[in-house]
Amino acid sequence: MSDLRDLYQELILDHCKRPRNFHVMAEASCQADGHNRLCGDKLHLYVRVENDVIRDIAFQGDGCCISKASASVMSEMLKGRSIAEAEALYTKFHDVVTGPPDEIPDVPELGKLVVFAGVREFPVRVKCATLPWHTLQAAIKNDAKPVSTE
Amino acid sequence: MGFRRTCALLTWAAMTKITVNLPQSSRRGIDVKDLRADFPILQTRVHDKPLVYLDNAATTQKPQFVIDTLKRYYSAENANIHRGVYTLSQHATQKYEDARTKIRKFINAADNREIIYTSGTTESINLVAQSWGRANLKAGDEIVLTGMEHHSNIVPWQIIAEQTGAKIRVAPFNDAGELLMEEYRKLLNPRTKLVAAVHLSNSLGTINPVKTMIELAHQHGAKVLIDGAQWVAHGPTDVRALDCDFYAFSGHKIFGPTGIGVLYGKQSLLDAMPPYQGGGDMIASVTFEKTTYNDLPHKFEAGTPNIAGGIGLGAAVDYVSEIGLDRIASHEHELMQYATRALSAIDGLRIVGTAKDKASVISFVLAGVHPHDTGTILDGEGIAVRTGHHCCQPVMDRFQIPATARASLAFYNTREEIDALAAGVLKVKEYFA
Repeated sequence: MSDLRDLYQELILDHCKRPRNFHVMAEASCQADGHNRLCGDKLHLYVRVENDVIRDIAFQGDGCCISKASASVMSEMLKGRSIAEAEALYTKFHDVVTGPPDEIPDVPELGKLVVFAGVREFPVRVKCATLPWHTLQAAIKNDAKPVSTE
Repeated sequence: MGFRRTCALLTWAAMTKITVNLPQSSRRGIDVKDLRADFPILQTRVHDKPLVYLDNAATTQKPQFVIDTLKRYYSAENANIHRGVYTLSQHATQKYEDARTKIRKFINAADNREIIYTSGTTESINLVAQSWGRANLKAGDEIVLTGMEHHSNIVPWQIIAEQTGAKIRVAPFNDAGELLMEEYRKLLNPRTKLVAAVHLSNSLGTINPVKTMIELAHQHGAKVLIDGAQWVAHGPTDVRALDCDFYAFSGHKIFGPTGIGVLYGKQSLLDAMPPYQGGGDMIASVTFEKTTYNDLPHKFEAGTPNIAGGIGLGAAVDYVSEIGLDRIASHEHELMQYATRALSAIDGLRIVGTAKDKASVISFVLAGVHPHDTGTILDGEGIAVRTGHHCCQPVMDRFQIPATARASLAFYNTREEIDALAAGVLKVKEYFA
């Protein structure tokens, strides 16, 4: 039986009430929009990439707790990482949020991101957790079309 | 006569094809506890808590009477209709057409030919837009909608407007969610050919003054389609008193099955309209050279219909008629007031849609909390509410919010359930304090 506490863990609540890197970035080298129109999650992602490394990352927008916390934790985790590392982390993150509820894998590289494992029990909310990551892909590829995970 | 004996009598009558007029004395009052026992799903639990079902605007729950009707149809009565000479087919046809009669009486239409079975409100509106629309709209003609319409009463008109060159005009509403009647009046002019308006808004709960809107539209020579999807379960519907040209509603929102709905249309209008879908049953004769069409209502009922759905809807109509829509309306009005008071008292909660004339729907936003999170935490308490834009993106845009949480009442909801909702909202606030 899924416990709401699994979804709304302390860390997630902290990050959605006090999102990190939540500001406009003037010197972004790429940006993208993510918008899940059906549920109302909206974010704008700013990324500064230099020599294939994510030097800085910030976001703005409005959305549910899960999407905001996901963007916030993602921004903390990815600063200073290479694009290749970011993409590898995304694949692992995607597995953690979409796998079967009973078999949460041990993935130390994920660090704090593993708190989103609780989303497994709430499949409707997976798109909230993955929206910032999909938006990041679009930003890196300089894709102007707004991203949706719906 | 008690309700269950009445159901048994109706069942026997249906099987022996005898018409039964329900005696006045069998009209039940609203004994909610008694009525709730008719709905098996209301006894279920969610996350180990009693289900508090407050999403009736999305779909209503079904009484055992309707469930049994469907089960009996598929166990003992199923056959294709309008075709067979054998007993089972004739019997199924009789039941399906008897249900049409029940529906006609339910909305006080004049003739069975004015009752078209569709797959739901959405198809009903699309039918009018495409069939009536294509025959009657030309470039420069105007279609008036209100700003609070559900997408099903916006998009079909946008499609036909693009196809014909007609223009859509929108009657605005105020911050309380009340239609601005002066603005509506001003929009009507000789080019207005159709007004399409919602009777009871699924996002705001507003009851529109449809009778007056229809009168005004008719003064300008415009036809009127009313979207009754939400209304029919919350108050009496009389299409002749309203004098609407078309009225659409869905079975699953009035305690009937999904996949079935009704389009009422004045006979003269339906007669003049070209067919919507072509196929079997809507024809009189077919050759490769020429095909002629069937009479009403069959002209608009191509293919094998949702037979079980129609019969199930007839049973649902019987069920609510037994209780009485006027009784339902006054009972729900009290519950609405209780719920509005309880939710308004919560600090940080703002009700969206505060019209003087409302029913069933309470949309709200909670400061600092996204509706999605509200809905998930309430679900943890066993409470089912809908969160999102409720297929009314223009309404959300008007209030500059991404979404609301929406509780929507039916006659089987209780004060205890409202109390649980209020307690659940307080719990949401705790999480996000």
